[in-house]
Amino acid sequence: MATEFHNLQELRHSASLVTKVFVQRDYSEGTVCRFQNKFPSELDNRIERTLLEETVKTLNSYYVEAEKIGGQSYLEGCLACATAYIVFLCMETRYEKVLKKISGYVQEQNEKIYAPRGLLLTDPVERGMRVLEISVFEDRGSGSSSPSSSMSSAGSSAR
Amino acid sequence: MTSCEYQQIDPQALPTPTPAPPPHHGNDRDKREEPKRPRRKWQVFPGKNRFYCDGRIMVARQSGVLPLTLGLIVITSGLFFIFDCPFLVKHLTSCIPVIGGGLFVFVVITLLQTSLTDPGILPRATPDEAADIEKQIDNTGNASYRPPPRTKEVLINQQVVKLKYCFSCKMFRPPRTSHCSLCDNCVERFDHHCPWVGNCVGKRNYRFFYTFIVSLSFLTAFIFGCVTTHLALRAQGGKGLVFALQESPGRYPFNHKRVLKFLSVFSLISPSSNVPMLSLTQPPTAVELVICFFSVWSILGLSGFHTYLVASNLTTNEDIKGSWSGKSGEGVTNPYSHKNIFINCCSVLCGPMPPSLIDRRGFLPTDESVQTAGAGIELPPLAAKSEINVEVKCLDFAVSCTG
Repeated sequence: MATEFHNLQELRHSASLVTKVFVQRDYSEGTVCRFQNKFPSELDNRIERTLLEETVKTLNSYYVEAEKIGGQSYLEGCLACATAYIVFLCMETRYEKVLKKISGYVQEQNEKIYAPRGLLLTDPVERGMRVLEISVFEDRGSGSSSPSSSMSSAGSSAR
Repeated sequence: MTSCEYQQIDPQALPTPTPAPPPHHGNDRDKREEPKRPRRKWQVFPGKNRFYCDGRIMVARQSGVLPLTLGLIVITSGLFFIFDCPFLVKHLTSCIPVIGGGLFVFVVITLLQTSLTDPGILPRATPDEAADIEKQIDNTGNASYRPPPRTKEVLINQQVVKLKYCFSCKMFRPPRTSHCSLCDNCVERFDHHCPWVGNCVGKRNYRFFYTFIVSLSFLTAFIFGCVTTHLALRAQGGKGLVFALQESPGRYPFNHKRVLKFLSVFSLISPSSNVPMLSLTQPPTAVELVICFFSVWSILGLSGFHTYLVASNLTTNEDIKGSWSGKSGEGVTNPYSHKNIFINCCSVLCGPMPPSLIDRRGFLPTDESVQTAGAGIELPPLAAKSEINVEVKCLDFAVSCTG
């Protein structure tokens, strides 16, 4: 029996989406971007609690870094004000740089941890920083009479 | 359903090319998709905004009196540069047009940035999110009819804050977010919708707005001062009104006692001053005087008010509603304030610039899964629904037929 390997693209193509789980924002510290560390019950059998909590904690720390009010942000702000904010059109702000880092981190987490478990994290910035969306997939080849793709083997998984 | 086994997924999997779906197998949707260019998200944006330059520039649908604002500023400044500056350069200093020019450029740039920037619009909830929220609300009550306003309470810095549910955007609004009915968008840290600027003022463009009104106050005051000086100098030019009528620019001899001349402006307050009559002889200057006189008070007042808001980390919306003024009870304080005027000012004006969340120039996924306004469709249980795109569906179908 050939074992197929799926990359993230094929996960989307050959597996069917079962449900989406949302991790909501935590507003206890104000309007800074922060996600709740509450473990959703739908993921109980899919992933270890600590892994998800670690991911959320790391994401929160990235957002804290992006929104930190300190020396560098003041400098950026004052320079921008002095130039009538034209620098925002030319320069990438610190926030955008951190968002790129977050994007890379989410991609990496998906590849290493979530895709093997049939889950997919969506970068919060694509959902307006409101929720952390976790898509739960199920391998389409399991139990379906017509193989939807030659890429999924017939007896790939048992239900 | 939860106990199915999974194969280990290798992220560095076989590089499978994705061929174009075979046309003869394609269904109608596929045929329609092929020749179509990918659309950008701004083209399907649900709010009442207008987009230009392929989504780079956005304005509210009703631009309000923005053309009037821009027109007033440009015309007044233009008249100032054309009619007053030459006189003042000769008799006072050539710094005047330089300062005036700098202020004018500053004002126009910040005005355009306030008007054309995304104020912090929150994208509407995706159907999945909306369904999830509805499910949570359903657990506590029935939703067969539109229930009373749904609220959720959160504790922010030991202060209870009520989050309201937005029926248009289908989500609970984050704190300090408000739905602007003119633009039909939820805007983060909503301050107000400014008709003069033709846009909402929110988290992302508040600093532009503040810089605009402060620099406009300086510009208006500066022009007012210069115009008054101009008239005063003309009145003093010799024999008063008659001389001013006959005088042509440039004939007045240069006098090194510039300061004395400038101070002589204060002779205007003398009852025998001819300023009202004098200003009639210089129509452009009269126009500037009137415009500046009426605007300088209101703009200075507005700048002062917003300086107070910045120092206490409040929004106009919160101030008007009295959210934190203690009217609704004791012990109600602003949970967002840093309790320090300097830190408040810095965090509002010099804080990090958040990016635009609506990604207006991004491309839509080809399955056209867009958020439509007020669709109000709740997704059925998601077991049967998949989010794969149409091309892949066709590929699967084609492969299954041949394989």
